[in-house]
Amino acid sequence: MTAAAAYSSADLEARQAYGRLVAFLAARSGDLAAAEDALGDALLAALERWPADGVPSNPAAWLLTVARRRAIDGTRKHLRAEAAQAELVRMHDEAEAAMSEERPFPDDRLGLMLACAHPAVDPAARTPLMLQAVLGLSAERMASAFLTSPAAMTKRLVRAKAKLAASGVPFTIPGREALAERMKPLLEAVYAAFTLAQDDEGDPALRHEALWLGRLLVELAPDEPEAAGLLSLMLFVIARPATAAGAEFVPLSRQDPRGWNEELMHEAEALLRSAGELGQPGRYQLEAAVQAVHSARRSSGFTDWTAVLTLYHRLLQVAPTVGAQVAFAAALAQSGDPTEALAALDVLDPPRIAAYQPYWATRAFVLAALDRRTEAGNAYMRASGLTEDGAVRAWLLAQRAALAN
Amino acid sequence: MQYMIMNYVPAASLEGSESVPPHADMEAWGAYTTAMIDAGVMRGGNALKPSFTATTVRLRDGRRDVHDGPYADSKEELGGYYIIDVPDLNAALQWAARNPAASTGAVEVRPVM
Repeated sequence: MTAAAAYSSADLEARQAYGRLVAFLAARSGDLAAAEDALGDALLAALERWPADGVPSNPAAWLLTVARRRAIDGTRKHLRAEAAQAELVRMHDEAEAAMSEERPFPDDRLGLMLACAHPAVDPAARTPLMLQAVLGLSAERMASAFLTSPAAMTKRLVRAKAKLAASGVPFTIPGREALAERMKPLLEAVYAAFTLAQDDEGDPALRHEALWLGRLLVELAPDEPEAAGLLSLMLFVIARPATAAGAEFVPLSRQDPRGWNEELMHEAEALLRSAGELGQPGRYQLEAAVQAVHSARRSSGFTDWTAVLTLYHRLLQVAPTVGAQVAFAAALAQSGDPTEALAALDVLDPPRIAAYQPYWATRAFVLAALDRRTEAGNAYMRASGLTEDGAVRAWLLAQRAALAN
Repeated sequence: MQYMIMNYVPAASLEGSESVPPHADMEAWGAYTTAMIDAGVMRGGNALKPSFTATTVRLRDGRRDVHDGPYADSKEELGGYYIIDVPDLNAALQWAARNPAASTGAVEVRPVM
């Protein structure tokens, strides 16, 4: 699955123009819900017609014209008050004026994304809010990816938009120093979309959208090393699919590097290098660097575990997440130190790992390396009961069966 | 909060072939059940025999109507259920997604009254 396959070009053009217009309108009115309301029907019309009719020469103008016509003719049932209608027309006029001038239509999407990931917004709402505002994804589409009911997702989004409007969160881009701080929750929200589905089987959930947002961030905030670090990390991960469609799961250590996507890895490496030149290391650059070491196996033929462990040590200082702690333990075991690995797993807080699949898969691997077979078998069992991916489940159960021999 | 997780699996094809599920399948169910017990959320549950073993009873105008087979014929049948105790619907849905029936049939989640 490549990033390009996510959307047709018509679809992508429609969402690009939609996001820019929503950002423009929201930045001026402070009302995200009204901006989306004004453009939602136009986006649907574009998604329906552009693939057949072709993309118009000025996508934003097309969307605006349709949106304006619908706002005026009053056929839109959910547009309640006349005051709201007047407001819409005024916003459209402003957007049209901005467009008719002899310069490119302003791109306020970074400000919009920062607002969606603002600390005032419920963390659980940030990612879907951004996906909806910038890409026009529906609540139904996102409910499945976020494993929640469509009704609950809709409620979460409505509440978040009301909160944005009520608390006066600005849709502007802060100065350099403040920007780095505000970028943190934004990058987290993008990464959350990427990690929703770790498996490559079936619905790749929101991976492509996350990757697309990651690219947009690098374009809009070229001086933010962590934005480049995040994009690099995501590219490394998709460059090494663990499961070809319908095939068996193959863990990283057993993968044949010839099956990896060289082009994506080159891009990831270049991004990480240029981010590093800015001299501000951070969580995503470190995680991308771990991936870079793994990916280097394709030319060197081996994995430099010392480098991996050094990077994890630094990562755990800046972002001691459960995921990083488990990954660190796995690296310890693979570098030949299962005793240390087990110690690293034993200190984790039991409630946080009770249903965390990677923990149990790693624990099983570590116990097997220590030749504690019964415990290893139990851990493999538990890990396989916690996965959603049939290929991973089969692989874990096979590992367990192999222990008995 | 307690939820019932209902496992809808592809209906057993042939009547009379009280087929034993393949070994790998049993292992997957065993692993899923174990994971729920170990995580401390499991409150109960059972596996059911295939729906062709069912008998359905109705009372209409005081008359008994008994017939062989399940209440409704469909491509999927209720293969079993779990009762779990988790903080909210989202947690219940997460367990539903891990259910082996999620990839072959469907999993229905309902709050217990």
